[in-house]
Amino acid sequence: MAKKQQNSNEDILSLANNLRWELGVDFHDTVIESIYADASRIARKTVRTQGEKPAYNWDFKIDRIVTSRWLGFPIMFLLLALVFWITVSGANYPSGLLAGLLIDSLHPVLKNGATAIGMPWWLSGVLVDGAYLSMAWVIAVMLPPMAIFFPLFTLLEDFGYLPRVAFNMDSLFRRAGAHGKQALTLSMGFGCNAAGVIAARVIDSPRERLIAILTNNFSLCNGRWPTQILIATIFIGGAVPAHWAGLVSAGAVVGIAVLGIFFSLVVSWGLSKSVLRGETSAFSLELPPYRPPRILQTLYTSLIDRTIFVLWRAIVFAIPAGIVIWLVANIHLGDLSLAEHFIQWADPFAFFFGLNGVILLAYIIAIPANEIVIPTVLMLTVLSTGLSGMGEGAGVMFELNSVTDTENILRAGGWTLLTGLNLMLFSLLHNPCSTTIYTIFKETHSAKWTLVATLLPIVLGFIVCFFTTQVWLLFFSHR
Amino acid sequence: MNSQHDCENCPVHHRENLIRLGIAMDRVDYVVALAGNPNTGKSTVFNNLTGLRQHTGNWPGKTVTRAEGGYSYAEKRYKVVDLPGTYSLLSTSTDEETARDFILFGRPDVTVIVADATRLERNLNLVLQVLEITDRAVLCLNLMDEAKRNHIEIDERNLSAELGIPVIPAAARQKEGMPELIAAIEEVASGRYVCQPHRLKSRSPKLNHAVSTLAQKLAAQFPGLPNLNWVALRLLEGDQSIIEAVRTGELGKLSTGVLSPQP
Repeated sequence: MAKKQQNSNEDILSLANNLRWELGVDFHDTVIESIYADASRIARKTVRTQGEKPAYNWDFKIDRIVTSRWLGFPIMFLLLALVFWITVSGANYPSGLLAGLLIDSLHPVLKNGATAIGMPWWLSGVLVDGAYLSMAWVIAVMLPPMAIFFPLFTLLEDFGYLPRVAFNMDSLFRRAGAHGKQALTLSMGFGCNAAGVIAARVIDSPRERLIAILTNNFSLCNGRWPTQILIATIFIGGAVPAHWAGLVSAGAVVGIAVLGIFFSLVVSWGLSKSVLRGETSAFSLELPPYRPPRILQTLYTSLIDRTIFVLWRAIVFAIPAGIVIWLVANIHLGDLSLAEHFIQWADPFAFFFGLNGVILLAYIIAIPANEIVIPTVLMLTVLSTGLSGMGEGAGVMFELNSVTDTENILRAGGWTLLTGLNLMLFSLLHNPCSTTIYTIFKETHSAKWTLVATLLPIVLGFIVCFFTTQVWLLFFSHR
Repeated sequence: MNSQHDCENCPVHHRENLIRLGIAMDRVDYVVALAGNPNTGKSTVFNNLTGLRQHTGNWPGKTVTRAEGGYSYAEKRYKVVDLPGTYSLLSTSTDEETARDFILFGRPDVTVIVADATRLERNLNLVLQVLEITDRAVLCLNLMDEAKRNHIEIDERNLSAELGIPVIPAAARQKEGMPELIAAIEEVASGRYVCQPHRLKSRSPKLNHAVSTLAQKLAAQFPGLPNLNWVALRLLEGDQSIIEAVRTGELGKLSTGVLSPQP
């Protein structure tokens, strides 16, 4: 029966072949042509344009500047830098306020409450010191920058700037052997890599779509912006005079983002010249008219869709991670806790790359969500350096009122400008979060390409950190 | 019959009839597909109809999968499917295939084509292709505010007569034209407005014969498959994805309504 079915399916196809032969080759064009002819006939009958078209001229004038050969890229970088500068300088104060409220005030209340109802120490440790504190930390550190960054970014998107970015970068991507629309998926990746991977569906050719999926992780995502902004503020901003700090740290974050675009292009080029060889396909990208952004609606959607969404995800992942952190810090094998065992074991290997064992462990714990890397790093640093007076015991998240406190902890943990720089690089170049990995598998249906997408960035990350460290040591050997 | 009465009979009058259902979509009476070129405001129309807040963005290709939502109007429940933007039904990228397969085989009760009023001629290419494969459609002429700013005037009545479907001018960002659109969808869905869609005339008798020969074969092999003529035409043109669907028998699954979300 199945066999017979197959046969008659083939019959239909061969009938179609024969008929096509009889019709001649140009009939497809006739069909298309008749559609176009009818469309233009109807349009001529029903559309009337009067006089000048002033709005087009405006659009045209703006486009002449923002997509010009010389000004296009500088304007793009300036806009990005401006957005980060506003974010960096605006987020510190509300961050301190939130930390004061959630960590300084509410945490002791919860802790005392847990003791009062007779909760055993390990349970209140797991719940209050682990789960609650990591959640509070994520909110205090991440909410303010996100609440500033996303609305600004969404305003640019609503205005119609994103397609211009794609337009500017199109020729770069084509030269790299990738599809010009990859510029759009890359922009989506700046929000969320999983979304960027799905957005690669707009690319027709499977080869170019795969390249776009494999390289999307080089776009800094939501979860990584706060890490970049915080570390840049502490180490890069801290290395220059105070009145330059804001500007320079914003510049450093833009630098990392641009480096990500650079890697995206280089890796795309490498792939399209080796395992994914093929023709670059042409496409037309429409530059939509500029539209006045709807401020209120933008605020609403960026707060609900992005800020709250990302924050919620961070919290959901931070709670179990907080529990894991508390457990690895409090379960002892011999004299040392599990975390200390790992850190001591990994340190020599990590120093080689200018990182440390804490960072590596943090990235393992934070595979589900990049958002919790910084809280994890801080907690593990306090643990492994045995800082006193910062918290209430090993594996307990401590009270941080400001960026300065964070800085003090990291410096006490032996962090230098080089460690900060390498963490920024490693945050750009490491495996995608588990959601993105899963999305890549769903989109490619291939375990092989999922593995490549996962391992490629992390290998690159180690290479880049290694060379950065060696070059650094060559110039500043006092370390 | 007084004029007061007339007014109350007019469906547009009953704005309060509209109940946005968000994603609550059990017991659907009609399925409405939203199609159109990229960046014409489909998602904005979708949000206005359903009360959902799908993220919208001013760039083509924002919607890559289909989003679904619902509303209830005049005691009927509608399910709205927001499709990815597409310039034609003939192309091959995954997002455009999603749109095409749904219009072709998802059997929506009404297909609303959202068009950019400032670029009508190019948008009409898709409109005409959609009208080739469906009998029930509404044209939502969106971005009328931008058209006005650009001094573009569109003769909607004439356009509606040419296309044989209702044409509703709208400015979805300002929520203008939405009650009229909802009313038009209802009229088409209920059959009170009978569309007489524009069909291409310039087909040779030879082509028509070939199409109908092939369509007969297809009907025998895949009973219940909608849009046989279109599938036949695509086979004649050598559309690889359709050829593959015939070879593997996937096409048969389409006819049994796998893609159709209808209850």
